[in-house]
Amino acid sequence: MPRAFTPKVVTANALLEGDVVYLTADDRWTRDLAQAELITDEAHAQLRQLMAEGQPDQVVGVYLADVTDGPNGPEPTHFREDFRRSGPSNYRHGKQAELSDV
Amino acid sequence: MYDYSEFDAAFVAARNRQFRQQVERRVSGALTEDEFKPLRLMNGLYLQLHAYMLRVAIPYGTLDSAKMRQLAYIAERWDKGYGHFTTRQNIQYNWPKLPDVPDMLDALAEVGMHAIQTSGNTIRNVTADHFAGAAEDEIADPRPVAELIRQWSTDHPEFQFLPRKFKIAVTGSPNDRAVIKAHDIGLQIVTRGTEQGYRVIVGGGLGRTPMIGKVLNDFITQDDLLPYLESIVSVWNQIGRRDNKYKSRIKITVHEHGIDDIRARVAERFKLVRPAFSGVDLALFEEIKAAFAPPAFRKAGTESFDTAYSADPVFRAWADTNLATHRAPGYAIVQISLKAHGATPGDATAAQMRVMADLAQFYGHDELRISHEQNVILPHVHKSDLPALHAILKRHGLATANIGLISDIIACPGMDYCALATARSIPIAQEIATRFDELKLEHEIGELKIKISGCINACGHHHVGQIGILGLDRAGVENYQITLGGDHTQDAALGQRTGPGFSADDIVPAIERIIETYLDYRQDRQETFLQTYRRIGMEPFKSALYEKVRAHAAE
Repeated sequence: MPRAFTPKVVTANALLEGDVVYLTADDRWTRDLAQAELITDEAHAQLRQLMAEGQPDQVVGVYLADVTDGPNGPEPTHFREDFRRSGPSNYRHGKQAELSDV
Repeated sequence: MYDYSEFDAAFVAARNRQFRQQVERRVSGALTEDEFKPLRLMNGLYLQLHAYMLRVAIPYGTLDSAKMRQLAYIAERWDKGYGHFTTRQNIQYNWPKLPDVPDMLDALAEVGMHAIQTSGNTIRNVTADHFAGAAEDEIADPRPVAELIRQWSTDHPEFQFLPRKFKIAVTGSPNDRAVIKAHDIGLQIVTRGTEQGYRVIVGGGLGRTPMIGKVLNDFITQDDLLPYLESIVSVWNQIGRRDNKYKSRIKITVHEHGIDDIRARVAERFKLVRPAFSGVDLALFEEIKAAFAPPAFRKAGTESFDTAYSADPVFRAWADTNLATHRAPGYAIVQISLKAHGATPGDATAAQMRVMADLAQFYGHDELRISHEQNVILPHVHKSDLPALHAILKRHGLATANIGLISDIIACPGMDYCALATARSIPIAQEIATRFDELKLEHEIGELKIKISGCINACGHHHVGQIGILGLDRAGVENYQITLGGDHTQDAALGQRTGPGFSADDIVPAIERIIETYLDYRQDRQETFLQTYRRIGMEPFKSALYEKVRAHAAE
């Protein structure tokens, strides 16, 4: 039996800045995982990934990352994605600094 | 110090112009990422977890104050005000933005630096003993030959699409500080009678399949060196495996064919290659050697050093751990630790880089070195200047007296930055250093090398750490395996795994149990961790790591 599809977000790195971005339901790229589109259907996930891969002038390295549905939006299930959404642990650099500045 | 010739400068400028246009074409959409990626990698630009990363070559780890100041300027102007010195004597900037990178490369070119061949399947930055030109035990300065190899390998037309990356390290001393047995080619300057030549070691490497290099030839003359190296790389370029990137490094080729077969193939190839070297390389080598002539060492008394050494315990502790013996009377090699307890191993702020540049200029014959152990070396400082120098280092957080001790940890960037990592390295290094500083045990423990990698690619050299730590992803959780007994010196050895790994929370207590075991078992303070391990073997450490925990759990 095929493995059950687990929820995903479309993620990549921004072409110019190189930072982590996520695809929103209204076709924007956001820096904030919580605002990403939570995808629960496999066919829809493939379509969204294809759409994202069609924007090489904006993003690099598109892939589907596992998430769960949290109270404030998608949340990472793996520590790698947790670091990607926040930043390195040795300095307060990256998203953890930038998002809190907003 | 070698200064760029007109040819070097023109070559780097041309490459930078090309790359600027390549970036423009990528941004405009004229180049796809698949087309652009090999181009950016040829110029040292990676895309990491949170940002791009620019890896800048510091050939044979040698800098002068102008270069160091420019590295500081680049860190401030285009990055987040710091740089990370690596185990291959490079510096990495963790936060560049793609459109800024051509400007960064132009800024590097202003001081004769670049990022060419710091990535990709090419011959990488040639590394050397960081005490080169200063070490007491040195037969000859390894940097002139490293520079010769750099010039030979840069843009070498035959070697731009090798099966995989290729790393060369050179030492001029019998005591190996350049880890030559863990490189694709390791060169050791040796003498035979009155003649100087090279012992050639091949097939070393860490990573997924760690191997200690084997002697391919005990003595290659200067005349034959470049054609011999060219023959080695050429043989591997032809028979090295391209079907599986995990089997493509020369260590696997040597392992699969056997060292004797490789030696015969190299000898055969050498017959063809040798006549193409007309002696131009030898004339060039003489010119390069002149550029590395030792500075005019000063003759002066060392009374101020002796006074400070007896009067100031902080200075004395620093002098005892951070100085090494210099070949010139009255001089010392200063090792500046980039491992302040709790800091990120190998990181220096722009302000610290400027301080080190100033110190090199005023006290150190304008020379700096980056060590593969991620520290900065001032190779030539007169002892009478050391008290003043130490006072300045202290003011800038650069006087940590821990060289060669438990907190002088090599750590790769790990999952805090690296896209390949399977676990974090930096926080583990920070916690170990902080913990043993709290315990005030560091000097009691004495010489100990901990090396941490955040994945099996082993940038943190964990296999040759006396205590090696390898971070893995075990079912979605960071897990750390320990190896013991590794050795990165001329007696190179791979560490042995202790057993199952430890969680991020349990790894520091596990290291503590290893240290307690060493302190219990050592014969006296003179017996180092490695000596004790070699004497008593793995069992007592295994028992401390695993049985006590099991017994505790059973209670």
